[in-house]
Amino acid sequence: MSTRTLTIILFLCFVAVTLGITVWASRQTKTAVDYYAGGRSFSGFQNGLAIGGDYMSAASFLGIAGLIALYGYDGFLYSIGFLVAWLVALLLVAELMRNSGRYTMADVLSYRMRQRPVRTAAAVSTITVSIFYLLAQMVGAGALVALLLGIKPGTTFLGMTADQAKVATIVMVGVLMIVYVTVGGMKGTTYVQIVKAGLLMVGAALMTVLVLAHFGFNPSTMLGRAMAASGKGPAFVEPGLRYGKDIAGDPVATLWSKLDLISLGLALVLGTAGLPHILIRFYTVPTARAARKSVLWAIGLIGAFYLMTLALGFGAAALVGHQAITAQDPAGNTAAPQLAEKLGLDLGGTTGGAVLLAVIAAVAFATILAVVAGLTLASSSSLAHDFYANVVKRGTATERQEVIVAKVAAFAIGGVSILLSIFATKLNVAFLVALAFAIAASANLPAILFSLFWRRFNTAGAVAGIYGGLLSAVVLVFFSPVVSGKVAPDGKSASLFPLGTDFHWFPLENPGLVSIPLGFLCAYLGTVLSKEHDEAKYAELEVRSLTGAGAH
Amino acid sequence: MSTDARDRVTPDDERYTAMAASAEFDALRRALRSFVFPMTVAFLAWYLLYVLLSAYARGFMGTTLIGHVNVAFVFGILQFVSTFLIAWWYSRYAAAKIDPVADRLRAELESAVTR
Repeated sequence: MSTRTLTIILFLCFVAVTLGITVWASRQTKTAVDYYAGGRSFSGFQNGLAIGGDYMSAASFLGIAGLIALYGYDGFLYSIGFLVAWLVALLLVAELMRNSGRYTMADVLSYRMRQRPVRTAAAVSTITVSIFYLLAQMVGAGALVALLLGIKPGTTFLGMTADQAKVATIVMVGVLMIVYVTVGGMKGTTYVQIVKAGLLMVGAALMTVLVLAHFGFNPSTMLGRAMAASGKGPAFVEPGLRYGKDIAGDPVATLWSKLDLISLGLALVLGTAGLPHILIRFYTVPTARAARKSVLWAIGLIGAFYLMTLALGFGAAALVGHQAITAQDPAGNTAAPQLAEKLGLDLGGTTGGAVLLAVIAAVAFATILAVVAGLTLASSSSLAHDFYANVVKRGTATERQEVIVAKVAAFAIGGVSILLSIFATKLNVAFLVALAFAIAASANLPAILFSLFWRRFNTAGAVAGIYGGLLSAVVLVFFSPVVSGKVAPDGKSASLFPLGTDFHWFPLENPGLVSIPLGFLCAYLGTVLSKEHDEAKYAELEVRSLTGAGAH
Repeated sequence: MSTDARDRVTPDDERYTAMAASAEFDALRRALRSFVFPMTVAFLAWYLLYVLLSAYARGFMGTTLIGHVNVAFVFGILQFVSTFLIAWWYSRYAAAKIDPVADRLRAELESAVTR
């Protein structure tokens, strides 16, 4: 049996199991609280796994391993930001949100504000962040399927060329995520995340042990071999090959490059606690204590996972090699699957290689599916609960109507993402994940923190902060080198737009360094320029968020 | 049926206002803030130090310590260690200093309420 067949069989098994769970979950889903929040019946451990499943995207599994394999140390910078970020969620956000909110991020933001403007702003921001993140995942899935199934240019698979296979994958991923979300609701989606997190951890752990065994369980030997194989010498295990480059003879370009690194670091560490699909996970547990426990589990799992990506990345650099990786994918996304094949080969010959490659490829697909389902749920919930029920219907919609609208919204958002992703298959959209983090940090985090901790905060502040942060992040990226004017060393365009189009004036690729302070500033100015403020409502929010009294 | 979080039967506004102004609640608020605010400043500063050194102190970060392991790796691993430690420390602190008070105040609020 070929690797391709085995990959497909394993993946279909995952789909079958998760669909089974989804149908089972749909029978347990009767009320709005079941649909939006899984009945708040998950334990801290289960939710911790699900958070891991929601958070560890293909970008972090394949992307970070690939980044390390190609650029060495700099891939590690990403994982550190992604992990440390959880402390913001743990210390400042998770428990207080769990106590004072109900289904969406906007429940907390609008608690003591005028409902309609704040909920509208929060829904706009939630949907923007989720769609950008969705696009990155779905276009990535399309690109991966051709690579993982080994469909090379000129050859076909089931009569499909690589390009057609990409489109077919995007449609399939889109349809599956719509099914998970509309049929299973939060309960079904959570179990999909849990299964995926388990598979990902086991897969990564297995590979880590095999990699380390290759080097006598001595990480230093592994680094030495990776360094030698990379041909870059000690620079490979030091920061600077990818981010914050020193550009000889050009102090200005060097400065921008270093500031870009700092900007990325800020967005990574401050973005997580503002990601709507992560925030709604805190509502799936019964108490604030369980929310705390779930973040503790998530920190443990995610930390362990990112430590393992070190072994995967440097292992791939040492055992697979730069040339073999870039020959398959210049961005390095296939480094982990290629490493799996190599490890399997050493362990059990051709069959071993085929089996391990198939397992890891199937895990990668499972990873993508679980993440896109979480994003679709978060954005459709916000559209239904915030925009439809509280803005359009002004709180008069019944639970039943709300859930129906949420399902329709999931169809609509899923459909839009499928279409956009198909148009984007030829574009370089990897920057969208970093952009989603930057928007979350610039638009959502200031409003969340001020809502929870600042007595004076008000409607104007929340609205100004959300739109100000959102717009500044999007506008700055639009005029940055990721959208136009960046030329790769091989002379091709490294931007979204093709060569010849150049309207960039913002020098950084990551907007966070400017847009995050701007988001906070807008929220502050909006607040102090408006007289409105509800002392009694803040007292209520503060008491509820700290004590859990009256929690849903 | 309403969908607004604030419409659920909860202790009324005056109770919340009174509670928010009480010495006990103030102690709870201070117990939480005196831990999470300084800790947030500390871990963000520690993380930014790491990012800044990665950007500007390449020579220092590249100093080899043991075998091929250099300062940059040790620093990176220390970020993991500090994250795990802060998480653990906070869970201990919250269980000892925050949960019991929060539970007591919550019971106080909910028992006094006529539903």
